[in-house]
Amino acid sequence: MLFIIILILTLIAGFITPWWVAAIIAFVAGVYAGRKPGRSFWAGFFAVCIAWVVLMLVKSLPNNHVLASRVAVMLHLPGWTVLIIVTAIIGGLVGGMAAMSGVLVKQAFK
Amino acid sequence: MDIPAIAVFLNPATGFWQNGESKNIIKEKTLKLQGLQGKVTIKYDENMIPHIFAENEHDLYFAQGYVTATDRLWQMDIQTRSASGRLAEVVGPKALGIDRHHRRMGMVLGAERSTEEMLKDPRLSVMVNAYTEGINTYIHQLWKRDYPIEYKLLDYEPEDWKPIDCAYLLKQMTETLAGGTDEPAMTNILKKFGADVTNDLYPDYPFREDPIIPAGTKWDTKILALPKASAQLITSLISPVKHEQKVEGIGSNNWAIAGSKTASGYPILANDPHLNLTLPSIWYQVQLSAPGVNVNGVSIPGAPGVIIGYNQKVSWGVTNVDADVLDYYTIKFKDSSRNEYWYNNQWNKTTRRVEKIEMRGQKTLYDTVIYTHHGPVVYETIDKRPEIKSRVPVGCAVRWIAHDKSKDLLTFYLLNRAKNYDDYRTALSYYTAPAQNFIFASADKDIAITVNGKFPLKYKDQGKFILDGSNPNDDWHGWIPFEQNPTAKNPERGYLSSANQSSTDPSYPYYLNWSFGPYERGKRINNRLAAMTKATVDSMRSIQNDNYSIAAQDILPAMLSYLDPAKMDRQQQDILRILKKWDKFYDANSHGATIFNAWWGKFYGMIWDDDFGDAKGLMLPTRDRTIKLLLKEPQSKWFDNINTPEKETAEVIIRQSFKATTEQLNKDLGKPGPAWEWGKVKTSIINHLANVPGFGEGKIIAGGYGSSVNALIDGHGPSWRMVVEMGPKVQGYGILPGGESGNPGSVYYNDMLKTWEAGALKPLLFLTSPTEQSPRIKSTLTLSSN
Repeated sequence: MLFIIILILTLIAGFITPWWVAAIIAFVAGVYAGRKPGRSFWAGFFAVCIAWVVLMLVKSLPNNHVLASRVAVMLHLPGWTVLIIVTAIIGGLVGGMAAMSGVLVKQAFK
Repeated sequence: MDIPAIAVFLNPATGFWQNGESKNIIKEKTLKLQGLQGKVTIKYDENMIPHIFAENEHDLYFAQGYVTATDRLWQMDIQTRSASGRLAEVVGPKALGIDRHHRRMGMVLGAERSTEEMLKDPRLSVMVNAYTEGINTYIHQLWKRDYPIEYKLLDYEPEDWKPIDCAYLLKQMTETLAGGTDEPAMTNILKKFGADVTNDLYPDYPFREDPIIPAGTKWDTKILALPKASAQLITSLISPVKHEQKVEGIGSNNWAIAGSKTASGYPILANDPHLNLTLPSIWYQVQLSAPGVNVNGVSIPGAPGVIIGYNQKVSWGVTNVDADVLDYYTIKFKDSSRNEYWYNNQWNKTTRRVEKIEMRGQKTLYDTVIYTHHGPVVYETIDKRPEIKSRVPVGCAVRWIAHDKSKDLLTFYLLNRAKNYDDYRTALSYYTAPAQNFIFASADKDIAITVNGKFPLKYKDQGKFILDGSNPNDDWHGWIPFEQNPTAKNPERGYLSSANQSSTDPSYPYYLNWSFGPYERGKRINNRLAAMTKATVDSMRSIQNDNYSIAAQDILPAMLSYLDPAKMDRQQQDILRILKKWDKFYDANSHGATIFNAWWGKFYGMIWDDDFGDAKGLMLPTRDRTIKLLLKEPQSKWFDNINTPEKETAEVIIRQSFKATTEQLNKDLGKPGPAWEWGKVKTSIINHLANVPGFGEGKIIAGGYGSSVNALIDGHGPSWRMVVEMGPKVQGYGILPGGESGNPGSVYYNDMLKTWEAGALKPLLFLTSPTEQSPRIKSTLTLSSN
């Protein structure tokens, strides 16, 4: 449930809002639908992770990964695939931490 | 970068991923843009070069601003920031030195004066304001995610364009092309060696030359009274200066060949300006069409109009003149308050201008610059001078053509609309700086060249050394009248050319400079043009790609004559054999070029370094003077190495340098083999403008060197190659070392590079109307306000 909410909302938000909205979504969803901190973390992690991979590919596939390949060189990464993984993990951490925080805040106020 | 910064840059919603442009082209697109007066149609060809059709001039330049910003916004921003001394606002204190320098040289003041002058002219006012409006219309519709990737990397935002930014770009060009001087080094040399040695080693006219204006061209007889030289040439330098050798390869070629020598019977014109090769490309290709104008060529992102190009009737191109339009003056202040300075036998008041420099993450800095009537005192004390600018003499005021008001854009405005030779001359009369050799060819079968710019009237050698700021006779004495700028039209020989060498032979009555670029490129171009009959576009292209070394032709036989193979070891003999077989072309696969280049470098250094080495704030005599030394004065004392007890002569230095060269090459490259190929040894690099790794192209394997017509060396070279065949229907050819887009995430960022590397040209699409059909048109953008 938590996973689905964060995934869908992050995907939609990704097209129209700044990136940190993903953190707010995960946090609020955590408050609303989260139960255990650990499980919420992984739900948030994978939801934002997957949403970001989709958003990245929407842009990078029609670009033949030209830009991702250049940025990979800039960041001393072996290639665009690694850059996608790195970005996805960063997004995952943001989502996971935010969702877990949501649950913890909810528990603190119970 | 810390994690939040990385997330800002990497996240897919607003980070760099958004800058990846789709390879799929939208065929038809319509945009509503407030401010347009009519309809604008833009046709994009297969390289995404815009062909703009507008119903009036306002809309034409509005659209040019709009599309240029679409492709090159960050480049325009960073270049004007640099020129206006505002880099520190985005990159912090590390840019403070360069920012202060630009302000202290008076670039901001000059841009302010030029802006005022431009906006007074009704044509330029429309042009510059509409261009500005177009850029800002584009900026205002951007979301954060749309910002060019460099903004995201440096984490700042685009700001509104202003008319003065157009002026900054031209001042920046003046800095690049006419912002240097050898005065401090020459003053040191004069002081150390005296007038005889100075005149001998740094002569006012080269040993070998092939001037731009053909020798024998008649000058106007009604010349102005020439100022008399000042009695005292030596001024005192207060603090040490470092000399920066001029970079070979920042220069350009252009030429025009008359109809009498072409296959078509009409003239052909060629131009390849050499500048720093960077991505985004320096130039932006564009076709501009509105009632009264239809022109094709390249523009500078940030300046409206076409700078190098052609229309149905005329074509033109430019190379740098390198006239002396920047002079330093020693200033004697009354006291440490520096409120008064000595001039014309009395104390005169200085003025002050406060430069406000904002810095990212720091307090704003207010920098007070002292002005004399000459211009700003660049660095009044040595502690004010940043390390990177140690070539600037301390305690001196600078008089520089960039301080003057100018409306150079009017020259291009008029050239864009020119129909014949007279229009060309009228257009040129408005030009100030940086002085350029304007080559010209027309459908009327005229060819012409003019060494053009606003040239100060000077006594001979005025400004070869630092001038005396207290002596009115050292001031600039007015200007050389435009009509008397060196010019030639339809010479009997059937061609005209320029490649930064001396403007004229010594018979020209006025003084422009004592030293110009080396003559080799010009000589080679003229040799080839002279030999041609029935020339075609491809003959011109082959000259542009010519790697032949006139220097090797001039000097190598003499150098070889001193070598005795019998006294050499095997290794040296092998290398000598390769060199003797060399055809004197700096081709990419040439071994001989690698050997000669290394040998010449060693030989030149061994002659001069002991007496004139860089650390002493001196400059080395030219290659031309060195060649004369070897050919005419092999016993000269300058061959002697002052650090050894022996007396060296040319012969000894030749042998020593050859031996050292072979040892060096063997050490660096191993035994002669593929590693010895010139294309692999020399460095030709195309980097991103801000040197962002991954955004450039890195090293390219190519032939040529600084003094071959194909002047490709290090990070400099032909930044645009163009050939235009005049005729009943004009046909242009051109190629950029990159592409139209400034976005590293676009396939049009470097789509023309391979063609450029191969030395090929592309036929340029030049449409007569927005309805003309062409299979090369890939996309149409329509703009209107409703």
